[in-house]
Amino acid sequence: MLIRRPADILPSDITPEAVYLNRRQFMAGAAGLLLPVSALAALPARKSPYSTAEQANSRSDITSYNNYYEFGTGKDEPALYAGRLKTQPWNIVVDGEVEKPRSFGMEELLKYPQEERIYRLRCVEGWSMVIPWIGFPLASLLAQVRPTSKAKYVAFETALRPGEMPGVARRVLAWPYREGLRIDEAMHPLTILAVGLYGDVLPKQNGAPIRLVVPWKYGFKSIKAISRIRLLEKQPATSWNLAAPDEYGFYSNVNPAVDHPRWSQASERRIGEFLKRKTLPFNGYGTQVAQLYRGMDLVKNF
Amino acid sequence: MLTLAANLARPSPRQLSWLKGAVFLLCLLPLCNIAWVVATGTAVNPIEYLTRALGVWTLRLLLLTLAISPLRWLGAPGWLLRLRRMLGLYAFFYGVLHLSSYLWLDQFFDWRAIGHDILKRPFITVGMLAMLLMLPLAITSSDGWMQRLKRNWGRLHRLVYPLAICGVLHYWWLVKRDISQPALYAAILAVLLAWRLWQRWPRRVQ
Repeated sequence: MLIRRPADILPSDITPEAVYLNRRQFMAGAAGLLLPVSALAALPARKSPYSTAEQANSRSDITSYNNYYEFGTGKDEPALYAGRLKTQPWNIVVDGEVEKPRSFGMEELLKYPQEERIYRLRCVEGWSMVIPWIGFPLASLLAQVRPTSKAKYVAFETALRPGEMPGVARRVLAWPYREGLRIDEAMHPLTILAVGLYGDVLPKQNGAPIRLVVPWKYGFKSIKAISRIRLLEKQPATSWNLAAPDEYGFYSNVNPAVDHPRWSQASERRIGEFLKRKTLPFNGYGTQVAQLYRGMDLVKNF
Repeated sequence: MLTLAANLARPSPRQLSWLKGAVFLLCLLPLCNIAWVVATGTAVNPIEYLTRALGVWTLRLLLLTLAISPLRWLGAPGWLLRLRRMLGLYAFFYGVLHLSSYLWLDQFFDWRAIGHDILKRPFITVGMLAMLLMLPLAITSSDGWMQRLKRNWGRLHRLVYPLAICGVLHYWWLVKRDISQPALYAAILAVLLAWRLWQRWPRRVQ
């Protein structure tokens, strides 16, 4: 028979209630004693209804399997060499068809209200991940410079630092890396500028200090380490399109019905999974973005 | 020193079997390394890594097999020829593993998708063709077949040239943008084939 009797020593005798109620802070403080300050560069961000509930890939998967040709064409090379990139100080020049062209410092952009956006990322090569980005809508930045009625497109450029980027010594692509969006794509609430990953500042191999994330397009559209944004009347040239116009279109929306000329886009391998899964139109973001392309021939405008 | 050099040039049957055993084990090392990387979870995309690594080793062993004759001509010892069959069979072995990795792990026996790939993707088409051409060479690699086929054996085994070209093309067409690696294999193959053309040239002129 089990006889319960009150404990001689109450838990509150050991741990004061105030400490118990603030235990997370207490733990964080204790951790702070052990860790160097740099490891605590956490980035506060609120949750977003745009996030997927799917299981995110591990931090190590996301940070060790990257396409970032400025640091080499191997998937492991960005993690090996991107550390050389100096990301402080960092400015983005925003000009072109705008009323108030100006330069933005990273300190200013980090003060924007940040959101966690857990997005699917589909690479044009046929693999995919789920990534918990931290960032803010590109529209918030564009609103600051007041695009004119002539601003029909947005062009992006990656910083070009031959001394820090070993990959640009070879002209695998036309450097600097260039990407572009139509203005309505750029203003769409799903389109963000990411400054963080997994609650922390963005690792350099993932495009630090600031990169674009457009989750319904193939990954190469989401340009890294942005140093310049221009609003234009005409459609800008983009790096992959210049390299192989028949393989990489300006739009490059994820589309299982339009194959890459050399491989199928009907299915994808989610990193960490054994069997391939079906690729969804617009990478599963169709209900939010399909209306942007109403009446357009998406086979022709691939 | 002289006797050692003489031994290297003309090993005894016992030494030769040791040599063959060593090369046999050596050719298994890449497979062990690949298996280790996959088993320890070091590769983020293990199926892609496995398929690519097996394919690359198929090509390397194929080129090594084709390099034996030119090496002999350059003055390498004669016993190298005695290793050629093993190297060729190893190329076939890695090729079969490479193909199995594609059919099983990558496509998971989705025959519709595989058929589609073979018909529509030139890089898969030439890859399949290369494997298909390797099959009769592997089957007829035994002494028995060599005697049975007599002069035709040599003719049949010239298939190794087109199949090697298919193999390099298969790699070239697969690569997204940076063709430096396939270009290296293509250059080596070009040298190996050009040497053979050059060897036949004088006879044709007569």
